[in-house]
Amino acid sequence: MAPFSSTAELHAYQQALVERRDPDRTVIAVCYGTGCKASGATELIDALKKAVQEAGCSDRVSVMPTGCHGFCEGAPLVVVHPRRILYTKVKPRHAADIVNKTALAGEVIEPLLFVDPDTGNKVVHEGELPFYAHQHRLLLGRHSTTNPEEIDDYLANGGYGAWARILDEQIAPEAIIELIKKSGLRGRGGGGFPAGRKWDSCRNAPGEVHYVICNADEGDPGAFMDESVLEGNPHSVIEGMIIGAYAIGFPHSRTEGYVYIRHEYPLARHRLAIALDQAREKGLLGDNILGSGLSFDITVNRGGGAFVCGESTALMASIEGFPGEPRAKHIHTVVSGLYGMPTNLNNVETWANVPVILNMGVQAYRAIGTEHSKGTKIFSLVGKVNNTGLVEVPMGMTLKDIIFQVGGGIRNGKRFKAVQTGGPSGGCIPASLIDLPVDFDRLDEVGSMMGSGGMIVMDETTCMVEVARYFLNFLRSESCGKCSTCREGIARMYDIVEGITRGEGKPGDVELLEELAEVVREASLCALGTTAPNPVLSTIRYFAEEYRAHIEEKRCPAKQCKALITYRIIEDRCTGCTACAKICPTDAITGVKDQVHLIHQEKCIQCGSCYEVCPVDAISVE
Amino acid sequence: MELEMVDRIVDRYDARSSALLAILQDIQQEANYLPQAALRQVARRLDIPLTRVVRMATFYAAFSLKPRGRFVCNVCLGTACHVRGAGRVLDQFQRTLGIGVGETTDDGLFTLQTVNCVGACALGPVVVVGEQYHREMNNRKVDRMLKSYRKQAGE
Repeated sequence: MAPFSSTAELHAYQQALVERRDPDRTVIAVCYGTGCKASGATELIDALKKAVQEAGCSDRVSVMPTGCHGFCEGAPLVVVHPRRILYTKVKPRHAADIVNKTALAGEVIEPLLFVDPDTGNKVVHEGELPFYAHQHRLLLGRHSTTNPEEIDDYLANGGYGAWARILDEQIAPEAIIELIKKSGLRGRGGGGFPAGRKWDSCRNAPGEVHYVICNADEGDPGAFMDESVLEGNPHSVIEGMIIGAYAIGFPHSRTEGYVYIRHEYPLARHRLAIALDQAREKGLLGDNILGSGLSFDITVNRGGGAFVCGESTALMASIEGFPGEPRAKHIHTVVSGLYGMPTNLNNVETWANVPVILNMGVQAYRAIGTEHSKGTKIFSLVGKVNNTGLVEVPMGMTLKDIIFQVGGGIRNGKRFKAVQTGGPSGGCIPASLIDLPVDFDRLDEVGSMMGSGGMIVMDETTCMVEVARYFLNFLRSESCGKCSTCREGIARMYDIVEGITRGEGKPGDVELLEELAEVVREASLCALGTTAPNPVLSTIRYFAEEYRAHIEEKRCPAKQCKALITYRIIEDRCTGCTACAKICPTDAITGVKDQVHLIHQEKCIQCGSCYEVCPVDAISVE
Repeated sequence: MELEMVDRIVDRYDARSSALLAILQDIQQEANYLPQAALRQVARRLDIPLTRVVRMATFYAAFSLKPRGRFVCNVCLGTACHVRGAGRVLDQFQRTLGIGVGETTDDGLFTLQTVNCVGACALGPVVVVGEQYHREMNNRKVDRMLKSYRKQAGE
């Protein structure tokens, strides 16, 4: 097929697609994001395809791999359209039943339904799952009905329609920037800078090329929002970038696009590459797109496993083929960025919001969210929470609603202790602030930040000093080393906190940490350094008692710090099953079968293996 | 080590020095690590100092300057995996394999690496070996997994 040379051709093609498609066709959608793939979705898809073939119903039933639906807890997920019957934790052996009973006979297979732990009710339809019911899925909503490797799926759902409308209605680039400004869209990658203002500054900066970059170097550990958007709906990001290129560089400049993506995301990279090829084939990227006069294409750059490359100037250095070291931003990247040219960088989620805003209208978009944070935000809700997965909620929803309503509360009936947001730049928010509405400004106020949207839930067994140690260790190894305050300061802070977790803390350590934090924050160049003290400061601010217990009493209240705990066998409970003795890597456990066992403390390395395997909870931690 | 392979990769990027990161990634993908001869050839072909190539190869965590084992075990240390016990899982790897992070077993079978986050946070602790993801790992599963890879290697 020849590439579209005008919006009329695009519309005609979309019209034909819609007419050809049967909305009542039976489609077995299998979530095929990284999480479900890791849980055996590949084998499941093969089994379903085989079952369809064996049933001889490929004319009526199709199997469709999709991007992440978000409910990773139930992985692998299957949704049977058009009724949207949801099955969770599906195995290849269920394939024949799903095809023969559900797809062909319309029967619901009870054992594969999700059971709501609160009510005991079985959930039949996708939309009724409590996990989805409290969300507002502007960006993720289409994931379970779209094959991300088929541009036709995006086009049939009105994809590239926002871009086509701009051309049909001859909306000027400046007017697009005004719309984005009015929408209140703020960057979803960390800082929350107003996107429209950034675009405006970039457009007004002189240069023969204007670069448009998508930051997909989602480095915050415990965050996979951008990965999922690229895996599930890559064309939404491409469409956003095309509109951005038009708004920023047309007609006065040349435009070029880049996506800088983590190398740890092979599936997202693969799907993005397919999407870009298909967009090129259709004439949606390349020279004179849809006859608009805009020429724009996108190159994909793979990261090299360096967290600091999520910082804009480091990222640009990396694209140029240099180590990702940040530079001072006396002159902003919108004026002099990639190759010294005006460069506009936004992250994946920000770009994906652009077509959504233009499609739904600025007024409707502004109606979602809080005064200064508009729209929705995707969070990866992980850690010690029941419903782990990807959630998209309106800005301003309280932590409580996110963790307990959407997330279904804390695992194994434990007590909620804190939630960590904002990645290594963020902080830990204690249970006492659970009614906090989540938006950019409120998170800043309590000493954390929005960041890219990681939300790691912690329970009573998570030691907050250990959490601080974890982030310092992370930042210590990810500091690029350019600024001595960051390179040395974080390392010294790590030594102190690590000492505290080993029971070697001294009076005055906390004060010294606070002093060092001040220096690292004040004297480092980029955000990696200036925000590095946050995890320490926020845990000191809210969990001072835990620091005190470690330092003064040499005690870890969460019973997590190895040097401060002892494993013992509870004699009344031990059945002498020998499971612990078998697993113990240092032969520290002895005992005769069917008799009470004993842990020899001098040999014990506190690995926790015995605690893990004991079938009768006969191991205590003190 | 075939220098033709390096040439082929460099040509793929029209010998542009801005593609240095991608070139090194492609070489590592084929050679399993970055051999010294390959780094020298890249510097020659791109007409840039060897120091710049080495600086790239040592700055980015994705690269290894030593040959890696047949099975590269990446233990995810992302926050979500961490709070669910990834540290214990890593300890178990070190104990069972008798090597530290970044090292390779003498039989050349296993290399132990850590990774900051693989984006499968709901399944933590996660270990990725090659293209295979192993979910909700614990000490027992580590031993079982290593055994099965050993068996696979013996076949």
